[in-house]
Amino acid sequence: MAYSEKVIDHYNNPRNIGTLDKNKKEVGTGLVGAPECGDVMRLQIEVDEVTGIIKDAKFKTFGCGSAIASSSLATEWLKGKSVDDALKIDNMDIVEELALPPVKIHCSVLAEDAIKSAINDYRVKNGLAPIEDDKKHY
Amino acid sequence: MLKLPIYLDNNATTPMDPRVLEAMMPYFTEIFGNAASRNHPFGWKAEEAVDYAREQVAALINADEKEIIFTSGATESNNLAIKGVFEMYAAKGQHIITVETEHKAVLDACKHIEKLGAKVTYLKTNEQGLITVKQVEDALQPNTILVSIMYANNEIGVIQPMKEIGALCHSKGVLFHTDATQAVGKIMVDVIADNIDLLSFTGHKMYGPKGVGALYVRRKNPRVKVTAQMDGGGHERGMRSGTLNVPGIVGFGKACELCKNEMQVDTERIIKMRDRLEKELLVLEESYINGSKEHRLPHVSNMSFKYVEGEGLIMGVKNIAVSSGSACTSASLEPSYVLKALGLDDELAHSSLRFGLSRFTTDEEVEYAINHVKEAVIKLRDMSPLWEMFKEGIDLKSIQWAEH
Repeated sequence: MAYSEKVIDHYNNPRNIGTLDKNKKEVGTGLVGAPECGDVMRLQIEVDEVTGIIKDAKFKTFGCGSAIASSSLATEWLKGKSVDDALKIDNMDIVEELALPPVKIHCSVLAEDAIKSAINDYRVKNGLAPIEDDKKHY
Repeated sequence: MLKLPIYLDNNATTPMDPRVLEAMMPYFTEIFGNAASRNHPFGWKAEEAVDYAREQVAALINADEKEIIFTSGATESNNLAIKGVFEMYAAKGQHIITVETEHKAVLDACKHIEKLGAKVTYLKTNEQGLITVKQVEDALQPNTILVSIMYANNEIGVIQPMKEIGALCHSKGVLFHTDATQAVGKIMVDVIADNIDLLSFTGHKMYGPKGVGALYVRRKNPRVKVTAQMDGGGHERGMRSGTLNVPGIVGFGKACELCKNEMQVDTERIIKMRDRLEKELLVLEESYINGSKEHRLPHVSNMSFKYVEGEGLIMGVKNIAVSSGSACTSASLEPSYVLKALGLDDELAHSSLRFGLSRFTTDEEVEYAINHVKEAVIKLRDMSPLWEMFKEGIDLKSIQWAEH
């Protein structure tokens, strides 16, 4: 199966690989997927407490090229967004941007889940109720 | 001069040896006759060529040329053996024994006859990928008609105890079939010594052409027959109808002859390269060889690099053609059933690469593969959350994963 140029670019030059301090109050961490499924994504956001803007985002992913590219792209999109706007990122936007084939759509779903999971972690840490996910992926 | 990409997927198929192509060439245009045409020299010449190839093919497995039934490949041979034996001997019994790590051509043929009333026992392998003769013996029933066990596995290359199983089957009067697709031409296969009654193999795994294979069907002690699975002109002693693929058969014959003559020299060289590849890749932390090292084909290596996903790894070594036991592309997301049968953790099964070397593999190519696989594993581990957790001493099994 051939990968799109954008997937290859993210795979070869992943954006924002790394780890933020998960114990910090302004950091939200999402860990989704499972080793037995062949995909695990960890996505972290750091939110500016004053402005509510995501000032940093990092990821680490165990998975195929499409999974790596989806999470790399997600961190790129998250930086500079408000938490509320970040919640609007839809997996189909990722599919479109990376031209993912149907068999790789689950990679984009996982990235969306990782974003939501990171945001909820941040919200809970800061005394807010987690957002109910209206899209049931599992 | 190193030519990229490098082909290390020789268990999928091998390139054809140029000497094989040379032998085949006249049979496309000049000597094009139908081997079944008995009335003119065009047919006679084609038949002569097929007869000669039949001898070459038979000689490689120590069979008689009359025992070779040409087919389109090992999938057809396996189907013919299993379905054909079941149809021919169903009155005698309906029980068949096979192994859960067989190729799909065997497993699905077994599933097919199960629908027709057959009872099939699927033996489990140990963590090395091997079964024992005791397991076969324990599974035998009074109505067992066939034991079908692959000679060597296509994913991990492990070799089953054929001689012992053959002797057991022979003593119990049960037919013994083997899918020897990966073994023939790579190691010595002897149908007499191993008491094999039916044996499937194919040209394209041993430097011959695609689209041609054979089923060995024993003619004496015991005389074995299989019911044809295609109706037609009654070619191949009535067991496989269809005009013979003369150029393919000539190429298959030549490939068998070359393997017989060169196997020993090839093996010595290939095993050195394979061992070097493994030794150098095992330097990487948390890397493993899958399957028995002791009972294994010389040209195969199946390795897992823990905490790195196989398909992602293949993308990182794009100039090296290998295959992975990971199945990220399949709808089920299930990793290789062979690796799972060995009891491998899913994350190890997802982290595997299969290297298959050949007669044409060079030291330079092996060195390139070593360097690039190492590089890619290190790069991907740097971006793997599982590797980070491992390094922090977190037990991955202690985490509640959200399975999707």
